[in-house]
Amino acid sequence: MTTSLRIFTITNELGIHARSAALIVDVASRFRSEILIEKDGREVNAKSILGILTLGAPKGSKITVRAEGPDAQEAVDSLGHLIENKFGES
Amino acid sequence: MGERDSQRKTHVLKGIGVSPGVATGKALILDYSIANVPCYQLGSEAETLVEISRFEKALKESRRQLAVLRKKLSDREGPKPLFIMDVHMMMLKDKTLINNTVNVIKERMINAEWALMLTIDKYREIFEKIDDEYLRERFSDVEYVGQRILRNLVGREHIRLADIEEASIIISKDLSPADTVQMKVENILGFATDMGGKTSHTAIVARSIGIPAVVGLERVTREVRPGDIVVVDGLDGFVIVNPDPELIRRYEEKKRHFEILEEGLLREARLPAVTRDNRKVDISANIEFVEEIPSAVAHGAEGVGLYRTEFIYINREQLPTEDEHFVNYRSVIEGQGIKWSTIRTFDLGGDKFISDPKLAKEMNPVMGLRAIRFCLQEIELFKVQLRAILRASAYGKTRVLFPMISSLEEIIETKKIFGEVKEDLIRRGVPVGEDIELGIMIEVPSAVIIADSLAREVDFFSIGTNDLTQYTLAIDRVNERVTYLYEPLHPAVLKLIKMIVDAGHRAGIRVSMCGEMAGEPTYTLVLLGFELDELSMNPLAIPRVKKIIRNATFEESQALLNKVMTFSTAREIEAYVRDYMTGRFPEDFRQED
Repeated sequence: MTTSLRIFTITNELGIHARSAALIVDVASRFRSEILIEKDGREVNAKSILGILTLGAPKGSKITVRAEGPDAQEAVDSLGHLIENKFGES
Repeated sequence: MGERDSQRKTHVLKGIGVSPGVATGKALILDYSIANVPCYQLGSEAETLVEISRFEKALKESRRQLAVLRKKLSDREGPKPLFIMDVHMMMLKDKTLINNTVNVIKERMINAEWALMLTIDKYREIFEKIDDEYLRERFSDVEYVGQRILRNLVGREHIRLADIEEASIIISKDLSPADTVQMKVENILGFATDMGGKTSHTAIVARSIGIPAVVGLERVTREVRPGDIVVVDGLDGFVIVNPDPELIRRYEEKKRHFEILEEGLLREARLPAVTRDNRKVDISANIEFVEEIPSAVAHGAEGVGLYRTEFIYINREQLPTEDEHFVNYRSVIEGQGIKWSTIRTFDLGGDKFISDPKLAKEMNPVMGLRAIRFCLQEIELFKVQLRAILRASAYGKTRVLFPMISSLEEIIETKKIFGEVKEDLIRRGVPVGEDIELGIMIEVPSAVIIADSLAREVDFFSIGTNDLTQYTLAIDRVNERVTYLYEPLHPAVLKLIKMIVDAGHRAGIRVSMCGEMAGEPTYTLVLLGFELDELSMNPLAIPRVKKIIRNATFEESQALLNKVMTFSTAREIEAYVRDYMTGRFPEDFRQED
């Protein structure tokens, strides 16, 4: 069991809206680890679209991605890749 | 007999009338408000298990319905709102939503409907705290999904507009493409919705099938019960619930009056706009959506004078692809009864796409990096749109309109890019239209002053009176404290219009007008006097404008214009024109009061 944790800044124009939230769920669901996303003290399950939407993370906000489980490192890396690539948006 | 009348109180709701007309009929409620859902305490553990299994069954059924709808939509042609349906599906499978609801059933020993509503309410509270307005509004998706599960729980079969057996007034929170797909038009008398505005889906559908609609009523789904008699007054934006017999009679009269007027106007709407002394003006429609074309043609549009393409970019979460652009443009250009289509390129600020925060917020966006300025900086983005327009131009007469040109360099640069894209397509063997015309919006005062040199570069001018007025009079139209200064008949504006038409005609090119002014019947004669070649307007305004032109002479319009040009204040001009028009066309201007 490993724990992996990283902080990201949301840089895409619309922030974590419906489409980007759906992409996070898609990626997170591929891993066995438990993955949590925290913003301003609230923590939600990265595999729940409702949880992620309730974060209300606009452009410029900071979120912490924390994974715990056998593939924790890969999970955080994959999500990081998605966020840093602005969810494929311009 | 008087029983129902005494039980049900008459009340009136005010919203936004988005499609004209009057309809009276029985209410059919698509969305059930919370007040109609049963809530009760459970007596035993066994009952909680029954409730949990009911909830799971309702979830399953909701997923099935959504999958069917999605399939139906993806089989249709045209742009598809499928993505949001995927998000809804994901919500229907969301473990936290399911577990929270199941836990509430168990812990509070209440029925599934109540538990679900409490769970959705929790989400509402959390969403309400989100600062970002756009992200906060995602709650509407949660609510939509909640409504669907609730409907399946209550056991009311999900009513689809496609299955309505009896002519009804449709009451709903909002209507989405999923609701209106394959609807039975003949059984739908009118729409009344809680949400929405002039460009919401409900409004567009109502206008395209010609039924009255009032949106933005906020609480119509709560105020109306199934089977109530409802009047929808799309002319003035009222909905009357359980009207008394006297009110019903008055609205029947209003309806008849409107229909007679419409019929008269529509009967002649397809006739050309030719004055009694034989001067023809081309009349076209300003549209935003392909769906508006049939109604525009019925109202007498001969072509599309302004197709605003911004809607393809906004209200979505990804940049549109070239094919998405193409599908839209081709549908407009091929539109039944449309002789020409004027497609205006992107006319918004770049803040929607650019991630550089320095550019994202501008102090004064109307004078900022927008329209052609933005396109000339983001050339690749611009080329996507131009390629799509060029490909679509193979399907019919196409005019391309570039907005916000303020210098000669801008149009030369734009034409260069357009030429490159065109040559590239031709080289690759892609068919493009042979007689594409290029034109510019004249809406910046500098463009008026150099109109002579601009006219040598293009095939037509189109006057955007809204921006031209605001730039000329230095009025920020969204600043309420100065809107009193906004006068389309300001002598300075009229002189500029004259300069534009004269410069265009000296160079032998067409001059049209596509601002709001073009669709205002009071101004029709003045505009006729300017010798504009084309007036493009909101489709619903066309019948009245055409009627005035057909009953006027070009000669009198020039006399009116000459007289008006001698005044030095907007107030005198406005008063003189109003007086003239009411005296000259008493029948058409009596309705104004």
